[in-house]
Amino acid sequence: MAKFPKPPEGSWTAHYPELGTEPVSYEDSISPEFFELEREAVFKRSWLNVGRVEQLPRNGSYFTKELAVAKTSVVVVRDMEGKIRAHHNICRHRGNKLVWQDFPREETQGNCRQFQCKYHGWKYELAGDLTFVQQEEEFFDFDKADYGLIPVRCDVWAGFVFVNLADEPSQSLHDFLGPMVTAMEGYPFDQMTERYFYRGTIGSNWKLFMDGFQEFYHAPVLHVRQLPATIGPPSMAMGFEGLHYEINGPHRLVTTYGGQGWRMPDELLKPMEIASRSGLFGPWDQPDIDLNHFPDGVNPANVAPWGLDAFNVFPNFVILIWERGWYLTYHYWPTAANTHVFEGTLYFVPPKSARERVAHEMAAVTFKEYALQDSNTLEATQSMLESRVVSAFPLNDQEILCRHLHKVVGEWVAAYEREQLEEASK
Amino acid sequence: MSIALLPAQFSDLEPFASTWCLASEGERYQQRLASTMQQMQGFYDAMMPRMDEAITYCDTFAYDDLPDDVARLLHLVYSLVMVSFPIEAWKQPNIPDSGAAYLDLLVEPGP
Ligand code: FES
Ligand SMILES: [Fe+2]
Repeated sequence: MAKFPKPPEGSWTAHYPELGTEPVSYEDSISPEFFELEREAVFKRSWLNVGRVEQLPRNGSYFTKELAVAKTSVVVVRDMEGKIRAHHNICRHRGNKLVWQDFPREETQGNCRQFQCKYHGWKYELAGDLTFVQQEEEFFDFDKADYGLIPVRCDVWAGFVFVNLADEPSQSLHDFLGPMVTAMEGYPFDQMTERYFYRGTIGSNWKLFMDGFQEFYHAPVLHVRQLPATIGPPSMAMGFEGLHYEINGPHRLVTTYGGQGWRMPDELLKPMEIASRSGLFGPWDQPDIDLNHFPDGVNPANVAPWGLDAFNVFPNFVILIWERGWYLTYHYWPTAANTHVFEGTLYFVPPKSARERVAHEMAAVTFKEYALQDSNTLEATQSMLESRVVSAFPLNDQEILCRHLHKVVGEWVAAYEREQLEEASK
Repeated sequence: MSIALLPAQFSDLEPFASTWCLASEGERYQQRLASTMQQMQGFYDAMMPRMDEAITYCDTFAYDDLPDDVARLLHLVYSLVMVSFPIEAWKQPNIPDSGAAYLDLLVEPGP
């Protein structure tokens, strides 16, 4: 019996009838051919979050982002007018990577007044114009105006910096994000500037890790040993139910209960949770900012007790807002059909005391303990999906968001293939 | 005894200082994996009852300007947080079934 109310249709999945209820194929997570299509159909056409405005604090601040899935690297910069821009990170002379440090394939960041290529010294202003060519008179029919950096569409929403690799994105960033995501605007992301940035390489398709974090059906089972013996088995017996699921275009949301450690008796907590007043759901004590006036998009169904919202922004970006007043993001950057780079970033209001900092440390360490359990399980899943012994898998109502992700990716790939066919027949 | 790493009030924790006063999460995680449960239990048992006192002591200084010995004391608290998982949850140094999986903390706040 469900303990929390479901939509009138009887299930969250039936509330979105286009999702169907039949078993789902995971061929899209093991096929190298499908992955090649995803590069073009999904990642070269979507708005991709590459960071936050706080990473570009001053005019001249820049960072590079490796986008292996699109076989490119972009440099994101705040130019001398203060405008945030992105360029493909390639020198127009003979194609050297323009901005890098020591290791050509690693990301870098810094502050500069102009970009200078390490190879033959061409210089570009931050807005992209080519301004200096070594021995310019040696070139033929040459006009510097023809050799500016190749721009990448770049826009900012709520302090999140996005790029789009399409020449002409079919939607503006705001339209792409749509009403469910943009209704979060006004949340004090800009005050949560203390950052813990984790990265690891994961031996699975990117969608498998998205699935692992967009259903919590697994949580009371896979993570049972993280809980004290007093509540591990009962919470496994109780299982997990989301309080609210919502789908809007390609994006999706789950709201859950949880946390509330400060209300629990000691025997249900680990000693370090009590000592640090912190845990998986973050510090028990809220930061000293206004957390009483959230935008409507946060906890949109007004559930109580509210624990967190996980906004899955298509294709590979998650914003997770916790009730205690902090947030984290996930990014899943595909590198092959069966590998990806995972990034998890925790953001807190900067601490004013060692006590607050220790509570943040506990939240960050707890996050890693959970995430490593999740991520290694994925490799076990990937390896057996690749056996193709089973071709379709039943997804329950708590796994509705997994169903939606695979459906949307399939639709984007199908739309791309149709366009390619139309192009070819012209 | 060699030169003290910690404030005098915490001199009883000196035996753990050279191992566990580590400024980065990466070092603390590696030290955890390189330690036996017995070593971590010894550190946990000595440090856990002093944790609140240690934090309170750190907070008698300006948080953004901690003297070196006080910062080391705070790092010792971070290490206690790190070993609490093997001690309180896993009963082993590494996360069960985590195999070769890794997550590197590339940006972390001071101090
Ligand atoms: S490749 Fe950049 S200056 Fe030659
Ligand atoms: Fe999990």
